[in-house]
Amino acid sequence: MRHIISLLMENESGALSRVSGLFSARGYNIESLTVAPTEDATLSRMTIVTSGSDEIIEQIIKQLNKLIDVVKVLDLNDGRFIERELMIVKVKANAQYRDEMKRMCDIFRGRIIDVSDNSFTIEITGSSSKLDAYIESIDKAAILETVRTGASGIGRGERILKV
Amino acid sequence: MSSNYISGAEIVIRCLHEEKVKFVFGYPGGAVLNIYDAVFQQNKFKHILVRHEQAAVHAADGYSRSTGKVGVALVTSGPGATNAVTGIATAYMDSIPLVIISGQVPTFAIGQDAFQECDTVGITRPCVKHNFLVKDIKDIASTMKKAFYVASSGRPGPVLVDIPKDITAEKCDFSYPKSIHLRSYNPIIKGHSGQIKKALSLLLNAKRPMVYSGGGVVLGNASAQLTKFVRAIGYPVTSTLMGLGGFPASDKQFLGMLGMHGTYEANMAMQECDVLLAVGARFDDRVIGNPEHFLSKPKTIIHIDIDPSSISKRVKIDIPIVGDVISVLIELNDLLSKEKTKQNASRKDWFKDINQWRSMNCLNFKNDKKLIKPQFVIQSLYKVTKGDAFITSDVGQHQMWAAQYYPFNKPRRWINSGGLGTMGVGLPYAMGAQLAFPDEKIACVTGEASIQMCIQELSTCKQFHLPIKIINLNNRYMGMVRQWQEFFYENRYAESYMDALPDFVKLAESYGHIGMKIEKPSDVEPALKEAFSQKLKERLVFMDFITDQKENVFPMIPNGKGLSEMITAEEL
Repeated sequence: MRHIISLLMENESGALSRVSGLFSARGYNIESLTVAPTEDATLSRMTIVTSGSDEIIEQIIKQLNKLIDVVKVLDLNDGRFIERELMIVKVKANAQYRDEMKRMCDIFRGRIIDVSDNSFTIEITGSSSKLDAYIESIDKAAILETVRTGASGIGRGERILKV
Repeated sequence: MSSNYISGAEIVIRCLHEEKVKFVFGYPGGAVLNIYDAVFQQNKFKHILVRHEQAAVHAADGYSRSTGKVGVALVTSGPGATNAVTGIATAYMDSIPLVIISGQVPTFAIGQDAFQECDTVGITRPCVKHNFLVKDIKDIASTMKKAFYVASSGRPGPVLVDIPKDITAEKCDFSYPKSIHLRSYNPIIKGHSGQIKKALSLLLNAKRPMVYSGGGVVLGNASAQLTKFVRAIGYPVTSTLMGLGGFPASDKQFLGMLGMHGTYEANMAMQECDVLLAVGARFDDRVIGNPEHFLSKPKTIIHIDIDPSSISKRVKIDIPIVGDVISVLIELNDLLSKEKTKQNASRKDWFKDINQWRSMNCLNFKNDKKLIKPQFVIQSLYKVTKGDAFITSDVGQHQMWAAQYYPFNKPRRWINSGGLGTMGVGLPYAMGAQLAFPDEKIACVTGEASIQMCIQELSTCKQFHLPIKIINLNNRYMGMVRQWQEFFYENRYAESYMDALPDFVKLAESYGHIGMKIEKPSDVEPALKEAFSQKLKERLVFMDFITDQKENVFPMIPNGKGLSEMITAEEL
């Protein structure tokens, strides 16, 4: 099953490679990994999307907790949470595609953030599956370039990951 | 060095003084010259100059295993650090607390492919508990404090501190932090009381109870508490290779070592029990074999371990207790003493089964009049040393025979590489132990293949007058490789014959030691007596025992098989 794991770790050089090294050394899946400093500059927050059986996910959480730089780990799937990913897509917007691309962008609540004679650059946010759905919905031949951030996640309501 | 405005190199030394380090094992080189200059100008610890950095780490490791203290190694950048990696990985797999200080090229040269530069922190990351690259002289003291704290607390392990050369030349005010707090690192010490109560009640109601003790009992200094508990509750107990000595081997309740080369009774009892108490052990492949086969006989498993990630890693645990084994065992002992233990009548059948398995006498071997049997050498070693020596070993058949035929009654007397299985550790381990215990008998049980992996340390032994007794079980084969080739590769002995062996007697003599070659069974005991005699008390003796080439280690569980699927000597 797909799990989204959030963690807070000391914002030190090499911290990221400790986490990515752990996943490769122990053969765990890693779908995406995002990291950036938090409002407290000494801490980084990382979101890892992984998959595995309950036993593997339990081991992943334990192994992450074992890293000396890791302050807190939370499996978002243990409760209710919100997931968002940002994707920027450059699509063909010539006469053949222009209307279609504008319409699909609106349907997926995207925003056109750059326009040229023959292309639109569209920003879309949502769960990873929504972004997948957008890609599925448009003509593959129209896609010029895509870039995705990987998922970020946060617990709903009172569920807070903080030191 | 009384002033506090001192160089980075002096700071490193002062930190080691603050940590009351007695020995530093190391090898100098360009990037650590400043540190070595400061080593030269102090006398609070002794520097042991090894002949290869791998041995520096192994010796520090052997020192730590025999004493329980943090071992310290000092190596230079580049090849110094990469040579140390095998030692670090060995310590990591067996959770041994070490602090390794490595020199690094100057900060301004990092990333420039400088002479003797390598990414030491990157290379060692997967085999250390933690590591640091110090980029500012002001951070040296606090980093050293953290290194010692992290290495020795929780589940112990090696910690590496990489220090660029320019930092060691700069100066700043030194003050050593009294204590350190890491918000990201808080090992759990005390076990959950509810779980402990539940565990005891399960144990007391068990029909076929079993205790399985591991290296955590030795590392956690919990032998006395374990022994007290096991004796009070009266259950059978087995131990892993790493846990030997954690419970007295000569005690009736001890079933011997379990695992791939464990005793028949230990493996059968482990398989057939209904409630299992695992203490500081990790259910690894060499111990329980195939986990599905292990669980095919239903059992309730209680697991005490300081490392949560060790619990339910290979085998699902019913009652996990995360905590320091000693504190959990103290609590268990308290609870047990309040219990009016009623002997469960049905347990008699269990002991009957165990005694029947025991009566197989699985470690029995046929002695020979002409050929020296390796098992006989170990038995004689036990006899001559009255079972009270520190035994280090290398890796292979000789290691298993030492574990099987030298019963350890005290912890920290059995020193070997269990997890990584590193050939070549035996001699440097013996160096570390002998330095820690200059008046004790230290024997290194090895083979002609393993000993050659760190043979250069005979020179270190000469320099520091280490009277180690080397028991070389020389069967002219990499014995364990040969054994597997015999069993599983139809006797195709691919590259397992040790051709062109040196004359070990002359080799030992050329290093300034005493060499002995023993070729007849009747000479084994007299030779050992001589080696351990008062006359040779101050000398290293290299004893080259020419043993039976075809002897195998039994019982054996073939790779991937279950605990009850042993091959015994009689079956072949």
